[in-house]
Amino acid sequence: MIHNKIQQGIKDGIPIAIGYFSVSFTFGMLAVKSGISIFHAVLISLLNLTSAGQFAGINVIIAQSSFLEMALTQLVINIRYSLMSLSLSQKLDDNVKVRERLAISYGVTDEIFAVASSKPGNIGARYMYGLIFLPVLGWVGGTLAGAAAGSILPAEIISALGVALYGMFIAIVVPVAAEHREVKIVVLTALCMSTALYYLPIGKKISSGFSMIICTVISAGLGAALFPIKEEQE
Amino acid sequence: MIYVYIFVMAGVTYLIRMLPLTLVQKKISNVYVRSFLYYIPYACLTAMTFPAVLYAATSPIAAFCGFIAAVLMGLKKKSLITVALSACTVVFIVERVLEML
Repeated sequence: MIHNKIQQGIKDGIPIAIGYFSVSFTFGMLAVKSGISIFHAVLISLLNLTSAGQFAGINVIIAQSSFLEMALTQLVINIRYSLMSLSLSQKLDDNVKVRERLAISYGVTDEIFAVASSKPGNIGARYMYGLIFLPVLGWVGGTLAGAAAGSILPAEIISALGVALYGMFIAIVVPVAAEHREVKIVVLTALCMSTALYYLPIGKKISSGFSMIICTVISAGLGAALFPIKEEQE
Repeated sequence: MIYVYIFVMAGVTYLIRMLPLTLVQKKISNVYVRSFLYYIPYACLTAMTFPAVLYAATSPIAAFCGFIAAVLMGLKKKSLITVALSACTVVFIVERVLEML
């Protein structure tokens, strides 16, 4: 089965776009408050399309740190995308061409990857273009809105919207974990590990991006070792 | 100057996403590697969600209630947007209740 309808992609992108708008709104607000122009804030969002990396990048710019430090910060925070791209490379249909892959690469984010991988079977370039389109609009538009008029939304609403993206992650993981014991074990392992790394003293030395990689590799590795999946089950 | 920062930032981020997606075009046949890649989304979404979700709102208690609400809605197989908005609504309500205490 191949998903390759641009309309379906656009439809699946709507909730991501709404979530992105609220997160990038706070990014836009923060960027302008830190002394970055509206135009630069919007440009950063358009070119990067990543949350944690952009918030960290702003700090590097304000501190006037070296370009090497900027590169390393982005590498550590965003290296998780390489795992997602690798996973996605197996999900894409065989006839997706190199130039299409170059375009799709731009839009590999946590949420877009999550939705794309939740589709049964393979996916094509047109579906991915549709899926990426609205979230980019939401991300860039939210940055612009937040940068231009940061104080319109009351703090109560911004606080509540803060959990929106996590709600989406939960909506993707929980139904599958409830039905498949092996996914449940992988998920619980990842949950215990990330909680431990977050609160134990040893984990305080590790950046959140790097901690996420450790948790992902170990718990997915454990799943693969204990419960290898035969093709037809996927 | 700021354009160099933005260029470095965007360039590194793009390469991280682009290299695996273009270099690995063949289907991997090894069952363990395939399984590993199959489990990645669940492992990494979970690691990103918890405990970070607890600090995503003003009150960690409200955020925890939002998290529980999202899990319950997820168990009922509600759509992404329903689960996300339920979590937001619960956080909003719990924060207002906590203010009154």
